[in-house]
Amino acid sequence: MLTRKNYSLAGLCLATVGLHLLTVLADAPFYLTQLTMAAYYGLVIIGLGVLMGYAGQISIGHAGFFAIGGYVSAALTTRNLAPFEASWPVRLLDGLGLLVPGQDVYGAHLLTVSPWAACGCAVTAAAVIALIIGVPVLKLKGHYLAMATLGFGTIIYRILLASPYFGEADGISETPGFTLLPALGSWGPLVISGDVEHRVANFYLAWGVLIVGAWLLLNLIGSRVGRALRSLHSSEEAAEASGVDTARFKLQVFILSAVYAAVAGALLTHFNGGIGPSEASVMKSVRYVALVAVGGMTNLWGALIMGVGLTFLSLRGVFGAFDDAVFGLILIFVMLFAPDGILSLRLKPLLRRMFLGGPS
Amino acid sequence: MSGVQDLNTPMLALQGVHKRFGGLHAVNDVSFQVAAGSIKAVIGPNGAGKTTLFNLIAGNLPVSAGTIVFQGQEIQGKKTHQVARLGMARTFQNIKLFHGMTALECVMVGRHVQSRSGFFAGMFNLPSTWKEERAIRARSLELLELMQIADLAGVEATSLAFGQQRAVEMARALASEPKLLLLDEPAAGLNIYETAEVARLICAIRDMGVTVLLVEHDMSLVMDISDEIVVLSFGSKLAEDTPANIQKDAEVIKIYLGEDDAG
Amino acid sequence: MSLDLFFQYLFAGITYGAIYAVVAIGFNIIYNATGIINFAQGEFVMLGGMISISLLPFMPLWCAIAAATALTMLIGAAIEMLFIRWLQSPSVLRLIIITIGISILLRESALHIWGESIRSLPYFYGNEITTFSVGSVHISPQVVWVIAASGVMMGGLSLFFKSTPIGREMRACAANRTAALLCGINARNMVTLSFMLSAGIGALAGCVMSPITYTQYDSGTSLAIKGFTVAILGGLGNSMAAVAAGILLGIIEAFSVSVVPLAFQDAISIAILLIILFVKPHGLFGSSEAARLKDF
Repeated sequence: MLTRKNYSLAGLCLATVGLHLLTVLADAPFYLTQLTMAAYYGLVIIGLGVLMGYAGQISIGHAGFFAIGGYVSAALTTRNLAPFEASWPVRLLDGLGLLVPGQDVYGAHLLTVSPWAACGCAVTAAAVIALIIGVPVLKLKGHYLAMATLGFGTIIYRILLASPYFGEADGISETPGFTLLPALGSWGPLVISGDVEHRVANFYLAWGVLIVGAWLLLNLIGSRVGRALRSLHSSEEAAEASGVDTARFKLQVFILSAVYAAVAGALLTHFNGGIGPSEASVMKSVRYVALVAVGGMTNLWGALIMGVGLTFLSLRGVFGAFDDAVFGLILIFVMLFAPDGILSLRLKPLLRRMFLGGPS
Repeated sequence: MSGVQDLNTPMLALQGVHKRFGGLHAVNDVSFQVAAGSIKAVIGPNGAGKTTLFNLIAGNLPVSAGTIVFQGQEIQGKKTHQVARLGMARTFQNIKLFHGMTALECVMVGRHVQSRSGFFAGMFNLPSTWKEERAIRARSLELLELMQIADLAGVEATSLAFGQQRAVEMARALASEPKLLLLDEPAAGLNIYETAEVARLICAIRDMGVTVLLVEHDMSLVMDISDEIVVLSFGSKLAEDTPANIQKDAEVIKIYLGEDDAG
Repeated sequence: MSLDLFFQYLFAGITYGAIYAVVAIGFNIIYNATGIINFAQGEFVMLGGMISISLLPFMPLWCAIAAATALTMLIGAAIEMLFIRWLQSPSVLRLIIITIGISILLRESALHIWGESIRSLPYFYGNEITTFSVGSVHISPQVVWVIAASGVMMGGLSLFFKSTPIGREMRACAANRTAALLCGINARNMVTLSFMLSAGIGALAGCVMSPITYTQYDSGTSLAIKGFTVAILGGLGNSMAAVAAGILLGIIEAFSVSVVPLAFQDAISIAILLIILFVKPHGLFGSSEAARLKDF
């Protein structure tokens, strides 16, 4: 198992390089932009996959956590704190060196939080909200859990849409790039932003984050805690009788998946240079659930491959005006015909029958 | 731990335990003790409240009144996993194995209380977890060997034959190294040879120093292996005695065995 | 707050509450027959409104409403036959996801047919500014229509379930499917019927409320969440309690407008849902012991 996991991860690394080479060969470097975005969405999907597939808890509110990550980071890095310069929280941040002075187009003094600190705040906020929401929500089961998480997601959406601080229907734009590493010698700085000059670096960064994220989750699934999660999915009663604190593990994995969503939201927002309320909509949450379902609930690799693949196609606009409808259809058909995921369909015997005839 | 323990302290002591479901009085003022190192059986007609009693002891259901003392500690009101951590393990009447997990993995879950690697250690695959994981695996295999199903370790547990599933469940319960083992109808659905094998196994478990409390319908099994028997009828305790005396008890014969014959 | 304003809010609350109650009853009908929470319930309401608006140019208002209700019932039946009927003992998770998928399909179809524009039926009597006065309180006649229609639907349904053979058969299926099968009741058809009924009352509610609340392709989702809130508040499966709960939620919502901005109104009613789920998941009138026995 251990070696198989490592081979698969190495394969994913090779696939990343391969994708890059493909775009070079096809002379279509602009594909890298969507591939980068798809990788970040993939991070949300594998996080949700562990929650749904392994711990067995559905969440139709994960776009909410994605949006919390994105919006908090965007707001802190763009909203001017200069008017509040005298207040103690701002002075504290300044004292810690977490504020960035700047100037707007008219030359006025601007004071914003540095992206590092903003991302930290964003992810922490998502984790704390997941903790607060998770304690009561995860006591629920089935329809109730689904409806409660759907309700949570809708509340976040409504709040973002109604708050001037979060830009109401326009969202937040002009989010600055996120300088991860300063320039070192001949290497340029590593900046998360949508600028063409950073395109290749951002592609590798996003896929690197995805690979590390997948590695961590695969480790988790194979560990003692992972076994406990899988056991509580199947029979909470028997897991409890074996000494597994089911409430606690459910909460931990809920928070973990919220953190994955928030990290993806924050990084993608800096990459895109902004975020809008549609990222928090119910449709987005449903889409994440659909992608996990397509890949196969208990199949992290399936969720990753289908998640990134379909998201890429969607971002390329392949589905046109039917984008949401396509995901609705996918959801229904996967649940009707392949509840264990598309990849669980036994394609090999099927293909053999089709091409060679006779029974497999 | 158990060596220090006073032999006079019972492993488990129920005192005036009640359970009501709305208007139904499922368990009515039941008191009894289970001596350390013994095998005790709870018998009674269907609907007598045996499984409810088990669920109360294991913490699956809250008691309506009364106390349950396990190794000198009150456990009513504790959650199931807390009770499990104190050294109580159980099997289920309708077997509850984990879907999508091999027999070995199911037993490894049973080692949960005997291991500690946490969330982050697991995520980062820290070297400290490796040794523990090896130990979990080794002990779980040992238990499967004890159950004589070590060759099925890699098979998905829920696809095993009925008797083998029972054995996996028993191994899972033993994996937590319990002081007290609750067996809910361990011989249900087994043929006469398998039942004899279960009887031998339960005695072996007792000889390992594990106290056993079981609910069972198979009278021959109960009479053969139990040190003491509690008879429940309609939620109340009817009698508590040695198997030999229970067999002679006129009221037990009338209400329990008589009803059994009639049915 | 002046007394007039108080009554104004109260009537608005009762109007919306009646609609929520009807949506909640739609949830209950399907839940009782199948144990499914139909996440596409709100879309039935939207479809009722949209279809009647489209039919209006060709026929009188009452015909358009009747036809829209009938069409939506057919859609409900088709959905059940296509997506639910032939599943063999599906898991709850699967059913949730399937009905969510259905709701997306209905919404997206509506988007492609009717576009994003906001539409509405004309007022059944008079127009936007027609009011009649009770004391110093002005009430739109449409409010009376909504309340009356909701009342008629609830009365009709309770009559249907209590005194018609089919209604009794449906109740038998809800109580014990196996026993009902043994009595020769076709349980599958009863499930289809429950989808039809539920779609029908949803559509009718969508028609009468359209002049007041307007109809848009995506107006179903928030209605579904609120209807579900009401269904839970009253205790899942308990339709009479849902009426009380619906009016309660409607009134809370109406009065909340005087405290928090309108934009947060949805957030408030959903927050109520979350609080109910956390504190009393078996509803205000349900018993916790009974709720434990249900298989969620």
